[in-house]
Amino acid sequence: MTGCEEPDRTVFSPKGEAGEGSLDVIMLSIYIMTFVVAVVLAIFIYVLIRYRQKPGDNSIPKQVEGSMKLEMLWTVIPIILLAILAVPTLTHTFSLAEEAPKDEDPLRVKVTAHQYWWEFEYPDLGIKTAQQLHIPTDEKVYLELTSDDVIHAFWVPELAGKQDLNPGSTNKMWIDADEPGTYEGRCAELCGAGHALMNFQVVAQEKEDFDKWVEKRKNPSSEPKTAEQKAGKEVFTQNCMSCHAIDGTQMKTKGEKAPNLTGFAERNKIAGLLENNDENLEKWMKHPEQVKPGTYMPSFDFLSDEDMDNLKAYLQSLE
Amino acid sequence: MATLVTIIVFILFLSAILTGGYNKELMDRFRSHWLWDWITTVDHKKIGIMYGIGGGFFFILGGIEALLIRTQLFYPNNDFIVGRAFNELLTMHGTTMIFFVAMPLLFALMNMIVPLQIGARDVAFPFLNAMGLWFFIAGGILMNLSWLFGNAPDAGWTNYVPIAANEYSAGTGIDYYVLGLQISGFGTLMSGINFLATIINMRTEGMSFLRMPLFTWTSFISSALILFGFPPLTAGLFLIMFERLFGANFFDVAAGGNPIIWEHLFWIFGHPEVYIVVLPAFGIMSEVISTFSKKRLFGYTSMVFATILIGFLGFMVWAHHMFTVGMGPVANSIFAIATMTIAVPTGIKVFNWLFTMWGGKIRFTTAMLYAVGFIPTFVMGGVTGVMLSTPPGDYQYHDSYFVVAHFHYVLIGGTVFGILAGFYYWWPKIFGYKLNEKLGKWNFWLFFIGFHLTFLIQHFIGLFGMPRRVFTYQPEDGLTLINQISTVGAYMMAVATILFVVNVIYSYRHRVPVGNDPWDGRTLEWSIPSPAPFYNFAQLPKVRALDAFWHEKMKGNKEMEPAEPLGPIHMPSNNHLPIVIVLGFFISGLGFVFRSNEVGALGLIFAFLMMFVRSFEKDHGYHVETDEVEKVEKGVKA
Amino acid sequence: MSTAELEQAKTSAKLPPHPERATMEGRNKILGLWLFIGAETVMFACFFGTYLALKGSNLDGPTTQELYQIPMVAISTLILLVSSLTSVLGVLGMHQNNYKKMMLWFGVTVLLGFSFLGLEIYEFVEYVHAGHTFAGSAFGSAFYTLLGTHGAHVLFGVLWISGLLVQVWRRGMSLDMAPKFFSASLYWHFIDVIWVFIFTVVYLMGKV
Repeated sequence: MTGCEEPDRTVFSPKGEAGEGSLDVIMLSIYIMTFVVAVVLAIFIYVLIRYRQKPGDNSIPKQVEGSMKLEMLWTVIPIILLAILAVPTLTHTFSLAEEAPKDEDPLRVKVTAHQYWWEFEYPDLGIKTAQQLHIPTDEKVYLELTSDDVIHAFWVPELAGKQDLNPGSTNKMWIDADEPGTYEGRCAELCGAGHALMNFQVVAQEKEDFDKWVEKRKNPSSEPKTAEQKAGKEVFTQNCMSCHAIDGTQMKTKGEKAPNLTGFAERNKIAGLLENNDENLEKWMKHPEQVKPGTYMPSFDFLSDEDMDNLKAYLQSLE
Repeated sequence: MATLVTIIVFILFLSAILTGGYNKELMDRFRSHWLWDWITTVDHKKIGIMYGIGGGFFFILGGIEALLIRTQLFYPNNDFIVGRAFNELLTMHGTTMIFFVAMPLLFALMNMIVPLQIGARDVAFPFLNAMGLWFFIAGGILMNLSWLFGNAPDAGWTNYVPIAANEYSAGTGIDYYVLGLQISGFGTLMSGINFLATIINMRTEGMSFLRMPLFTWTSFISSALILFGFPPLTAGLFLIMFERLFGANFFDVAAGGNPIIWEHLFWIFGHPEVYIVVLPAFGIMSEVISTFSKKRLFGYTSMVFATILIGFLGFMVWAHHMFTVGMGPVANSIFAIATMTIAVPTGIKVFNWLFTMWGGKIRFTTAMLYAVGFIPTFVMGGVTGVMLSTPPGDYQYHDSYFVVAHFHYVLIGGTVFGILAGFYYWWPKIFGYKLNEKLGKWNFWLFFIGFHLTFLIQHFIGLFGMPRRVFTYQPEDGLTLINQISTVGAYMMAVATILFVVNVIYSYRHRVPVGNDPWDGRTLEWSIPSPAPFYNFAQLPKVRALDAFWHEKMKGNKEMEPAEPLGPIHMPSNNHLPIVIVLGFFISGLGFVFRSNEVGALGLIFAFLMMFVRSFEKDHGYHVETDEVEKVEKGVKA
Repeated sequence: MSTAELEQAKTSAKLPPHPERATMEGRNKILGLWLFIGAETVMFACFFGTYLALKGSNLDGPTTQELYQIPMVAISTLILLVSSLTSVLGVLGMHQNNYKKMMLWFGVTVLLGFSFLGLEIYEFVEYVHAGHTFAGSAFGSAFYTLLGTHGAHVLFGVLWISGLLVQVWRRGMSLDMAPKFFSASLYWHFIDVIWVFIFTVVYLMGKV
């Protein structure tokens, strides 16, 4: 049982400026609110102990109408507390909404949510990928968020708060990571049967590693090398190509309905969810509905064992 | 063909009703049955009791749904109820609890108590009041029929489009939501208008606005919120209905629509709705705390104005539910500040309650325990509310379990605690005997501890990155243990609820009649016999101060001074038309759900025809003669 | 007062001044109707908002400028405004205990209401022929929802007043009827005010 594992994506350990911005406000509000709760509880407990009716005491307490002074006190103090909270709230609201600077050339990523997967396109770099968002560390990355179907929300608790992805319009936000690592993301707006499993990962890399990744994505190694992989590619063109695209091959069509699989072997997870290994890959391809309810991926359990093995070999050769 | 048959049957029924061509003897047997008396009643106390029974039934239903949800979340990657079925559960749980539990149970108390507190013999519109009840029941039944016929709504209680559009929610699930809420919404609006008119027009002599008990005040403001808050929901539901049934395009981006319109309409309703269900609970707490501290409510006037202010601000802040929608930093900031200001009047209320107890003589009855338990619980819900009002914080909390924890603290810690306190407090006035105090205390402690066990920890589930409305989490997320604790708490609350039902049955079996004033009460309802006679007041009382009955008791009077001589009492007659009219709407709703526009239209035509029949009715009510009143009054006293 | 006496008082020919407010029931009715009008105002505001948000989304259909014909709509507006006036005359008749006058003017109100509805249906038919349909675009949906809801209110209003007229015609005027006529006329004014907003926000602003 793994019940004792530490939570792996808490908002209390932000790994970037955006997450820290949110946390600043959260912590300040927690301090203020703890103070308020403490005051209320102190009076509350005192009153309950001190003023309980003693047995046999049938006297009638003094009927107090109110007290102007006291009532002013608990009107004014909350106003002051709220004002203290309002200042950083406003500054962070505006800094988190900061848009990409016009004169520089920051990294922009177009994020498109689909039921139930994520598409990441780097318009300036000409790269399209899915499920795993690569970003360089120590740099603000500007996201343009939209949806292809229903409303979703982009949430990587360690990096930043949420932003909705609405069909028909584009929202903007920025994220950054100050240390390399893989950060778990979730869809945070009910989007249908598979909502709970619409997971994705953000992989933050040092600038040079990221540049290497970009180069690799621009020149992917997608052609099969072994006979097994060649047969696998054949299976792919017959069964998968209408929905999935793989860049750097001579395939006739480019599927847009499902995640782009270029560089699949380098992904940490299958479907954003299962650890990337042969066993899980077969499980996913044979029974996708069991792994992720509501998914549009059809079941491929009709493939022969040989076809399945070849397909897996081909997919796992994509780098 | 089917349409033709429907129309013929319909016409036959109609001609039978209008010409009186039905079996008179059978009708007489119906009419003499006790059930007929309840179905046709226009007595606000009986209507209140039926609201209570209906709300209680749906509470158990919604509770079972909650338990199934928590059971599914007991293990990571549990496969008990997943995917669409889970979404159906969470949608039905939320919708049921808000519309078919919180609101009707509050209406139950408002119906039973408000007329008694203002010294009225009845509400302003007894007929509409009965219709409101049947609308609620029809709406609740219609929505829950979705479990039996096909699929339940699955887009959350917020029912955001496009997942609520035909394209993404196959089948008729969402139609049940749309029509069920539309029908119950009509009833809610009627009840709201009824209470507003009752409180404005029907107060007895001397009962000025600033002498009204706080429960009446909060019911009044709550009704005003209903009046202006429900129409946006009605409008929004019409839009969704037209889109799903008649091919309209309000929300479909491809046809030029915009899904955000629904979000705005929903929350313009949805935020006031929160205050609609919590303000009456504030009122109940004020009454209970004041009575059991034996003290006048501290700062009555500021309590009243705080209530009005909360109601007013409640309409200015809806967009704080939409900080992540992409409205831009300016709009987000404005709504953030507006939201924060609500904390001020709410804070005033909390301190006024504390200082009502200060210097008092506190008696810890079950009702008082709920009121006392409410204070810290609600403060917790309030402070997390302020935390949620900050957009940068909200970006993290939004649609996570933090929000789930927050609104359960408000809705259970506020509304449900309030309702339970109200039931324990006013039970003797309605039924003539108390609920058992010993079982009551068990009920309270189990519920209280179970509640905090379930929801305190959910704040952290959210802050540790778990979104709401998900049917599972991963073992490596590290969320297993805290989810399990939460589930255990939910089961404790279930046990507590069963205990309440047991208490109701036990107390009925071992009932001991109580006098007029079992709690040493302060307001008018305690000056009349328990259970309250059907005409409420033999003579309308004359109110001379705030806490009118307490004022008289302090002057050494046992009873209120009457404002009129003893005379015949005018009462409204029972009427079967409310349920008949609502039946028309119910059939219409069912017709539209099944995509049969003919049946839908016929149901509506039938309902409107019945309204015209009502308009032609000469209904002057009847008079209770003086000797009968005297007999009843003696009977209760003996 | 016994029940029989009360009954007689209620059906006597001469009503007290301001008969609509003479009884508690009457006062409740009028207050209730005012409250209901408040709620309806909010609902119409929502439909107006939806319309304003979507009026540019006409897709292939005609735009507001191409579609609306102000002269015809102006006639509708005139009809409805006059009908409001006639309903005032009807209430005046009631206050003067002149029930023939009351019946006459409320009758005229009903006729004007029906002619407004006729014109509106004619207008809708024209629009559908021009390619402006309910399901064709977001603009069409929002337009017909707003206008259709108003039209349904007009229909309900004329049926309501007709029902009241039938009651008086069959049973004679009574104290019961006074608040009913008064609230029906209030409701009718409300429908009229909504139409003035529709005329301004939908038609006039649609032309600029």
